[in-house]
Formats: sequence, C-alpha cells, structure tokens
Amino acid sequence: MKRVVITGAGTINALGRNVAQTLEAMREGRCGISELEFRDVERLAIRIGGQVKGYRPDDVFNRQQMVLYDRFTQFALLAAREAVAQSGLQFHGDLADRSGVVLGTSGGGLNTQDDNYRSVYEEGKNRVHPLVVPKLMNNAAASHVSMEMNLRGPTFTVATACASSNHAMGLAFQMVRSGSSTVMVTGGSESMLCFGGVKAWEGLRVMSKDACRPFSANRNGMVQGEGAGVYVFEDYEHARARGAEILAEVVGFAMTSDASDIVMPSKQGAARAITGALRDGQIAPEDVGYINAHGTGTAANDKTECAAVADALGAQADRVMISSTKAMHGHCIGGTGAVELLACIMALRDGVIAPTIGYEEPDAECALDVVPNVAREAKVDTVLSNAFAFGGLNAVLALRRAG
Amino acid sequence: MSVKDRVIAIIAEQAVLEPSDVTLDSTLEDLGIDSLGLVECIFAIEEAFDISVPFNANEPDQSDFDISNVGSIIAGVQTLIAEQAT
Repeated sequence: MKRVVITGAGTINALGRNVAQTLEAMREGRCGISELEFRDVERLAIRIGGQVKGYRPDDVFNRQQMVLYDRFTQFALLAAREAVAQSGLQFHGDLADRSGVVLGTSGGGLNTQDDNYRSVYEEGKNRVHPLVVPKLMNNAAASHVSMEMNLRGPTFTVATACASSNHAMGLAFQMVRSGSSTVMVTGGSESMLCFGGVKAWEGLRVMSKDACRPFSANRNGMVQGEGAGVYVFEDYEHARARGAEILAEVVGFAMTSDASDIVMPSKQGAARAITGALRDGQIAPEDVGYINAHGTGTAANDKTECAAVADALGAQADRVMISSTKAMHGHCIGGTGAVELLACIMALRDGVIAPTIGYEEPDAECALDVVPNVAREAKVDTVLSNAFAFGGLNAVLALRRAG
Repeated sequence: MSVKDRVIAIIAEQAVLEPSDVTLDSTLEDLGIDSLGLVECIFAIEEAFDISVPFNANEPDQSDFDISNVGSIIAGVQTLIAEQAT
C-alpha cells in the first residue's frame, strides 16, 4: 500500500478566488453569504446564498471555452489550475497515463439546464445551442480538467448529493494508495445558485432566510453556496522523489449508507462512517484533534452529527474541536467537502482551527466544542472531514500532518 | 367543499386514509404522516388555496402555522386565506 499525500490545492468560493484568500477569510471568521443576484430571484422566498460575486468568466475563458463551460466547469478548472500549479506537476508520457481525475458534483450543469429550459418553455423558442448536452453533463468538469492537464488515466464524476466530493476524494485516495494511479486530481464543484436550483430547494422547507448557524440552538436551516475545491493527491514516494511540498497526508476513508430514509440522517450511519475512517487509517479516537463537520445548520443534521461524533469518538468527543465552515461559504452541495478540506489542511499546517460563525445560543443536543465564532490556534496532528448526504450516504476522510 | 373538508381531503390522501378517518384532533403522527409527508401536505394546501404557508421544518414551533393537529392546521389555513385574500 502506498502512502498518499496532497501536493496541491485550489479553490474558488464565496470566501475567495484562491486558497490564500479563502484561508484568510476562514481565519477571520468572515461570512461570504449575501443577497443572491440572478434572474428571477425576486420570485424566490429564499434570497441569500454563498454566491461567488464579482466573478467575470469572460476575463478568464475565451468565447469557444465559454460555449462549453457551464459555471460548475469553470469553477472546477480554476481550482484545478491552482492546485496543479502548486504541485509543480506536468503530465506527459507514463505519468499522464497513470494519473486521472475524479470530481464530485450534484447538479452538474444546472445553470445550463435552467437557462435552456427557460428558453424553450418560457420563451417558446424551438432551438437551443447545439452544445447544450456536453455543457450540462455531470462529467463535463472532470473531462475538461483531464483535457486541459493531459490526465489520461481513470477519469469520472461521482454524484452523491452533499457527499459527492468526499466520495470523489475518497476514491482518489484509494486509487493512489492501491498503486493503480500515481496522481489523482480530485475534489468537487457545484453551481446550483440559479432560479430553478434554489426554487427546488425551497420546497423542502429546510432553507434559512437569514443565516446559517450550525450547532446554535436558534439555527433555522441551511444556506446554499457554490464553488469548487480541487486537490492533487499523489503517491508519497513520487512526491518525495521530486522534492514536492507536502500539504498533508490522506490516511483514511470510509463510506456507509444509512439504508433507512431518503432525507432524514441516521446517527448509526454517520457513526459507522467515522469509525470506519479511523479504522482505515489506524487512528485512535484520542488522536483526532479536529473535525470539519458536515454542520449544515438544519435541526436534523446538527444534532444527529453531534450524537454520531459522540458515539464514534467516545470520551474524545468532549475534547475534540469540531466546526462547520458552511456558515461562512454556504453549503456547496457536491463541492462542499472539497471546499471544507481547506479548513482541515489549515488546521494541520497552520495550526489554525476555522470557527463556526453565526453561533449564538448553546444547544444541549450539540454540546461539543464547536469553536464558536472565532478561529483558534491549536496544534493538531489528525483531522476528519465529515459529509452526510441526502439519500443516507456518508463519506468521511482522515488526514494527518505532513512529516 | 369547505376549507375544512378540502384540508381534510388533502391530509387523508397523504395518509392514504378515508377522509372520515381523519378527525380534528388527529395529529399528523397519529395519521402516519412523517416530515416529508408534512411538506407534501403543505405544498398541496398552498396549491389548493393559492396561499403561501410560512413553515420552516427546522423550527416548526417558531412558525405561526400550528401543525399540532388537523384542527389547528385548518384554523391556520383559514387565517392565511383571510390574510392573503387579494
């Protein structure tokens, strides 16, 4: 079994256009949630989100690219460029054949679907752009990253709703660990912030109209975000041989299914995923210093997640720090685990624990150290990242400090 | 059909029961309606009466719309119809 390390990271989300800006915002506990801006927003009941503002794709992509790149593909490419540039890798020959891409997304090209359905149904047009299908397909982002970086090995997309990017990164980890790939570019991307995307979520009545307040007794729901996080997962020996800077080591992964309810989370399913990741990484519960929570800010998730952490970590649950960064960048759905992995890397590398902002009132059912409102300095060696999706699908990653 | 009968019909359909089996003091739990069934009922009520029901599943107790039993739901719908009449 190979050791697997992260040698590059990239992102774009409501907190920043790159990793440095995002980590600075997380350290400062800044909130990236604001009034949504898109067509027909006035017909929505929910009008806030973690939207990437002031971003002009025409500045980055040319006309031919814009024809093919839905917003979720643009985000994935921007994050992948940053990650691969940091890694210093160039892919050709055997390395290109032994390296691939696995990305998570839930909605794929939802903006493209929304625009084109509007065009044919609302505006009555009988013609859509000829490249709508390759633009909206869920694997478009993975394919364009593969094409741009010349990654010619296993390349695919994983869709498990809010756990998509954790599942993607977990698979990438397993592929590098098993030796079947030398490098995997992995993470996730999402852009659901359009009229149809938010209208569908409104129907579930789990969205907050004012703020995301994970673990706080007065929380009233989730807030959607958008963006991407992409990483370079690399065989440790390969990274060491070329003298690459190592951001963190990926040491464990587990996935479980609740096999019970399509939307209500299960404590047992979540706890089995956490326990499984610890076992996979041969990690003792006492060694876990920080958990990046799924922490959606819904009544159902937060209390179930806290109970699952308490079950899985036992006495260590009273000492571990657990925070949800969704209060800052929103719930980036299929890309959320990838954006949140930045908080894990910051904890390991910089010794800074990202806070759970918006925390106002303790909840007896969420009685863990949720690092309320203000970032904290702490040295941690091992961290977990939780993702628990609709459909009862859970995916937990374990990371360790490099060196 | 009165507001009361229409609301009962919606709830009965969701519970897969006859309207006669739905009484004013029945709770949704008594009728076997879970959280997803509740949001479906609210959707059907909004469509039937062309009203908007303020209900957030994260804080059911904070809502002005009282879902504690069938009678309270009917009263809530009647209030909303009066308030939102255009």
